[in-house]
This record gives sequence, C-alpha cells and structure tokens, in this order.
Amino acid sequence: MSNLKYRLAIIVALVLLSVYALYPRDVKTRQRRADGTFYDTTTRRVPLRKGLDLSGGMHLALDVDESKGVVANKSEAIDRALKVVRTRIEGLGVSETVIQKAGNDRILIDIPGIDNRERAIKIAQDQAFLEFQITDKTKGLERSLPRLDAIARERGIGQSASTVATTSAPSAGLSGLLTGTDTSAAAAAKADSAKSDSTSIPSITGGAISKRILAGQMPGQFLYDIADQELLKSFFADSAVLAALPPGKVVKFGSDSTLIQNKTYRFLYLLDARPIITGEYLTDAKPNSSPLEGTIVEFQLNNEGGRRFQRETGRHVGDYMAIVLDDIVMGYPPVINSAIGTRGQITMGQGRDLQSAQDLSLVLKAGALPVPLKVAEVRNIGPSLGRDSINNAFKAGAIALALIIVIMLVFYRFSGFLAIAGLGLYVLYTLATLAAFDAVLTLPGLAGFVLSIGIAVDANVLIFERIREELDRGKTVRTAIDEGFFHARSAIVDSNVTTILTAAVLYQYGSGPVKGFAVTLIAGIVASMITSMFVVRTFFLLWLNRSRGPQTLSI
Amino acid sequence: MLRIFHGTKYDFIKPWRIAVGLTVAFIAIGLVYLGIHGINRSIEFTGGTLMQLEFTQPPNVADIRTTVDAAGYPNSEIQQFGGSREFTVRAAGHAAVNGAAVENTATQIQAALERKFGATNLKVVRTEIVGPRVGEELTRNAIIAILLSLVVTMIYLAIRFEWRFGVAAVIATGHDLLSTLAFLAIMRLEVSLTVIAALLTVIGYSLNDTIIIFDRVREDLKKNRTDSLYVVLNKSINETLPRSVLTHVTVAAATLSLLLFAGEVIRPFSWIMLFGIVTGTFSSIYVAGPVLLWIERKWPRARADKNLASRAAAMDASRSEPRAPVASTR
Repeated sequence: MSNLKYRLAIIVALVLLSVYALYPRDVKTRQRRADGTFYDTTTRRVPLRKGLDLSGGMHLALDVDESKGVVANKSEAIDRALKVVRTRIEGLGVSETVIQKAGNDRILIDIPGIDNRERAIKIAQDQAFLEFQITDKTKGLERSLPRLDAIARERGIGQSASTVATTSAPSAGLSGLLTGTDTSAAAAAKADSAKSDSTSIPSITGGAISKRILAGQMPGQFLYDIADQELLKSFFADSAVLAALPPGKVVKFGSDSTLIQNKTYRFLYLLDARPIITGEYLTDAKPNSSPLEGTIVEFQLNNEGGRRFQRETGRHVGDYMAIVLDDIVMGYPPVINSAIGTRGQITMGQGRDLQSAQDLSLVLKAGALPVPLKVAEVRNIGPSLGRDSINNAFKAGAIALALIIVIMLVFYRFSGFLAIAGLGLYVLYTLATLAAFDAVLTLPGLAGFVLSIGIAVDANVLIFERIREELDRGKTVRTAIDEGFFHARSAIVDSNVTTILTAAVLYQYGSGPVKGFAVTLIAGIVASMITSMFVVRTFFLLWLNRSRGPQTLSI
Repeated sequence: MLRIFHGTKYDFIKPWRIAVGLTVAFIAIGLVYLGIHGINRSIEFTGGTLMQLEFTQPPNVADIRTTVDAAGYPNSEIQQFGGSREFTVRAAGHAAVNGAAVENTATQIQAALERKFGATNLKVVRTEIVGPRVGEELTRNAIIAILLSLVVTMIYLAIRFEWRFGVAAVIATGHDLLSTLAFLAIMRLEVSLTVIAALLTVIGYSLNDTIIIFDRVREDLKKNRTDSLYVVLNKSINETLPRSVLTHVTVAAATLSLLLFAGEVIRPFSWIMLFGIVTGTFSSIYVAGPVLLWIERKWPRARADKNLASRAAAMDASRSEPRAPVASTR
C-alpha cells in the first residue's frame, strides 16, 4: 500500500513538473518600430519553440569565402566573424534568432519570421570594411595609361569594341577633359616620351583603356561609360595591370553614376593605397537625411580614432577624401576644409532609401567582418506554409490517436483503457521534456511524434500479451500482472535502447529539421518507457487494490 | 477477450528459401532501377535552388516552364506539389546567370515569374538554396550516420545478448536498408534529409521487432534446453505473433494518418515508414531467423552438448526434409 502511495506521488509529481514546464509564460521579445528603433514587449505563450519550417523564417549558412585568397586560421576567423554577425543580426530586432558556429568554418543563422531574403543576406554577409583614402594628386593614372594600353593590346582587350568606344566619346570636349583640365597632364605625358601619343590624342588613336577613361572634376577621379563597366572591372582586377599602376596607389570604383549628354557615366578613382583611418575606430553610426546630400549615415569615432583622424585630415587640407566601403567609393569624395575630429558622415549613393542607411549603420556599428563570407545554404519558408504544416500535422496526429484508441479499446477493453490513460500522460511528458530541454519542434519532429504515439503502445501491447499468456497458464490475476510486467521488461528496454542509440546517431549527424526529429524521438521513447512500465503498472496496482483480489481481468 | 493469432503453431522458418528468394528478387529489381535511373536526390544533396510557388489560379505549366527557361535557367524541373495551384521549381547548378552569386537564382526566377503572371497572382512560400559543399557534407554524414547506427546497435546487442544475435539482427537490418533503397528506387521517391531520418527510423523499428523475437528466443532457450534452435525460434515467433500483429497495426495506423493527412512535405517520409513496417516485420522472421540458424550451425556455441548436435541436425533436416521440423514443434 505504501509502495502504491509512493508510486502515485511520483506520477503526480511528474505531472506537476510537466504542467509547470508547459505552463504559458511571458517571453520577452524585441520588436522593431517602423522608424527603426526597438522596443521590448512581452507575450504569453506555451514555451515550445517552433522550428523555422513551422514558424516561417529564414535559415542561412555562411562559409568562409576563399575565392579571393586563402584564410589562414579559419576557425579563429569564424569566431570573430560570428561576434560581428551576431551583433548585426540581433540589431535587426527579430526575436529568437539563433546564431551559431558549425564545424570550423561555417556560421548558421536562423531568423524566424523574416520575409526579406536579400536584405537579411546582405546584412549578414556584407564585409563592411570602411576606409578613408585620399584621392591621388600626382596624375598617377594618366602617367600609367600608356602601359595600361599596352597591356590591353597584349591581351586583345577592347579591340572589337573600338567602334562603340569612339561613338561613346562623341565630342572632343568630353575627351578633352582628360588632358584639358590641367596642363601638367600634358607635361607628365611628355615625360613619358616614348608612348606619349596615346595620352595626348586619346579619342581615336589611343589605346583601349585611355579611350574609355575621362578625367573627372577632382584629382584622381575619372569617368567611364557604364557600358564598359564589366570590361574595366575585369581589367583592373588583373595582377599585371595592378603592377603597372604607380606604387602605393590603387584603383577603386564608385557607387554613383552621372548623366552627361544623355549617356550614363560612372566614377573610377585612383587612391592612396594607405587609408588614413579605417572603420575599426568607429563607435557609433546612425542614419539621417539632409536636404543637400540626401540619405546619409553619421558616425562617431572613439578618442584614439578621433586623434588620428584629426592628425591625418590636418595634413591633407585641400585634398579630397574618398570614403570606401567594401572597396566601393561611397558617394562623392568631399574636400577636406580643415582637420576633422571624431564625427563624420557618409553620403549614401543615389537612390538609396532610409532603410539602406539604417542597414549600413547597423553593419558599421557591428564592425567589419574579419573574413569574407559566402552563402552556402539558404532556406526560406513563408509563414503560411508553416501554419499549413502545423494544421496538417495536428490533423494527422488526431486521426492517428483516435485510431489507436479504438484499436486498444477493442482488443484490451479495460486494460486498453488504462493504456490509453497512460498514453495521455505520455503525450504530456513528451511535450514537457521537449519544453524543458528547449528543443525545437520541426515538421519531421511532429511526424516523428505522431509515429511515436503508434510505437508507444507497443510496450503496452507487449505487457498485455504477456499477462494474457500468464493468465492462460492458470496464474491468478495479481501474479499474472506481476509476471507480465516483469517478463516484458527486458524486451522493452532492449528494443527501446537500440532505438535511442539510432536516434542519438541521427542527432549527431543530422542538421536542422532532422535534429528536431531525433530529439522528439528520444523524448518520446523515454516517456513511453516511463508510462508503460511505471505509470500503467501503477494503474493496475491501484485497480487491484480497489477491487480486492479480482478473479478476472478485462484484458 | 478478443484474441488474434493466439496459440498458433505456424512453421514460419520452413519456407525461408522462398522468402529469401522473393526479397532477393525485389532488391535486385530495385538495384536495376537504381542502376538505370540513379538516386533521385533532393536539393539538399545536389545543391541548387528550389522554390515552392503558390498561385491564386491554376497556372499553365508550360508557361511556367518557358518563363523559367527564358530567365536563364533551362533544364529546371517544374513539378506540381500537392494541389493544382502549387508548384515547385528546381533550378540545377550552383551559379546564377552571369556568374552572379548563387543566392540570386531565386530572385531572378521570381522576378521573371512575377512579370509573366503578375506579382499578386503568385507567392513564393518556400525557397531553398544549397551550395555544392553542403550537399557533399550531407551525403557523407548520412552514410556515416547509417553505418554508425548499425555498428552501435551491433555492439549493444552483443553485450545484452550474444554476438550471434547481434550479427543476425544487424544483417536483418542491412537487408531492410537494401530493400527500402529498392523501394525508393522503384517508387522514384526523392531522397531528402527527412527520408534519411525515416530510413534510420526504419532501422530502429526493424531492430525493435527483431529484438522482441530474440528476447523471447533468449528466454525460451533457457527454459527448453533440449529443443533445437529451429524449434525454439519458431515457437518464439508464434508466441510473439499477437503482439507483432497488433503493434504493426497501430504503427501502420499512425503512418497512414501521416501519409494521408500530414501534407506533401512529409509524404516521402510516410511512404518509407509504411514500407519499413512491412520489410521490418518480414526481415525479423525471414532474415534474422535463418541467419541466426546459419551462424549457430557454422559456429556452434561453446557449451557444446547434445543440444548442439540436435540443433544443427534440425537445420539440416529443414534443408533436406522440410516436413520434419513441423513434427518436432509439439
């Protein structure tokens, strides 16, 4: 009797624990207002986490991108990148994001409820390497043009397109920009006597490159026809071309375009390779808009960065400073009028809205990625599909449960009823275990759960069949029940442990939804063993006690 | 009380040659299919882009096809998915047009489709983009998972039972893997991660069934020391028959509900599970049993007494004179 009391106490305790684990509680979530600021809100709900395939959202896997150079210590680089990505994604203000490292060189990001795939990818993946570089004042590109043209001739670049090029430089005035803006250009060209013809008469007889590049309005700035973009980009990525540039100078492309005589031109810059300052000193960035420059991002540097910035800008008064983000010159390089302290601003390119400024501030504040990342996997599930999946799974689960209840009642009558009562507790325990371990419910997980209901009755069936056999041998009801439970135990334990082992392997080597499946399966099996061998047995003992040594058992 | 298959004395093991012949033939057919068509691997393994589209009106499939082709992704697979308004587009290859990054494929296809059908008339409810490396890793992990689970269970069974039982159970499970693979090939089901999970569940379920019979064999062997293994095996299968039937019925009920009501995404999983119930039951009797008998004959157990001789004899008798064992099962 006292044994029975303990048993009942344990069952009640388990039920209470389960109810506690599943009790709806307040969950704090960060929400984003329309203006981009955040606020915390609390919602009340059952603490079962839904996977992305049920809640809708995006799963993103990012790998180290080694296409632009081998990364030496990938694992360590990924650790640092992880911090940056985490700050950025959490800044998005979506609740319950999961950002983790997988293996040595991958970052996994789960963002529930996000609908804009490209935006999320951009925020996670943007390198956000910010540099301030002074535009070249030494006519470096002009001096290099003969060599560049020679390289272009060697490679056979732009020969076939020469007719297009001549028509694209229709007026002498435009091509004159190159030499006309400063007479010293001609002088520089003469110094390069052997091939000076190509720079002094650029429009027709000039090489493929000098034909395509026009001087801009500030030193180091150039224009090119947007049609030549691909050609120039691949040309300036060539290592021989980079070697032909003056030492300590780099070519970078601009973000903006301009319209001259109904033709779209884009900007190209020759810059001092050494940045006067980089984004690592940046402490804050926020979007703003100004009537003059449109959308801008204001930033603030820390003290050390501020001192350095002041010193460098003081040295470069009168020069133009290019703000370079991920190798793209943002907006129009401003002239430095006087030394600048800890504050500055970045003019976003044309046609950028406030959201892109917000995203840029977010990315700048989080810092630059230490390594470039490339997208390895994207899984994007709409919220409606997730809802459908949940509804379908519930429908299938309810029908399965109804069928199983009917089968058990038809075959085992009263004992079947006890088994069903046990099954009810099984469902409760399983869900509670999932909640307690903060497991994620996925669609395969739900399917596994439905399946496990079918498998869970197996233990009961084993026990009941064994009790029937013992009764057939003429044992009393009480002995038959004891023997039945005792003899069925080894089969139940052995078969369930092997299933747990398989599920554990699945957990170790599976990913995403499949991991959810393995967790549900394990929780289900453990709960099934507890209910069939302990809970249902207690029900039997209770019944035996109540009916004081029954002669027959409805089984 | 309602009883089914109670007190039966079927000689299950007797027709094992026919059973093995049938299953070998089935696996052979499946492998031929596999040889011809190859495995129909999901996007997770092949890499590429998969989009699930939901239209407001049933669209013309040919229109979808030409639009996706024109967007620069010829040879994409377009399939109806569930109802007549839902389709999946699966674009092969890892790079988008113009060598752009892989994530742009979906954007380009979506833009093209929206131009053709109108942005309000279709919705992209699911997008999966998988790079080439992920697929390789998954394939490797899936193979490791399956092999490792077999090894781990074999070790567990060797500890809990005896190595003979472990080997027999694992060979039976290996058979289930092969026959499920054959089933996959014949049904042309798509092998996704979920299907691999189903495959591992089938492994667990089939082992479960084998272990329950072996548990009874273990018990009966202790009780009836004079009976041959052949007799004991048959007896144990008969004794566990009511349980087997009832459990398979309940699991089949759950699986059928999943197959019919749980939606398109889970369907391949349900098919595999349904077939797994059949093959698991079959192999517990017709693969695990004969293999156990064969091992017993080849490597008789250490406590060699006259049991051993009779056991081996029984196996031989079953080969030469099929009716003999029936007489011995009381």
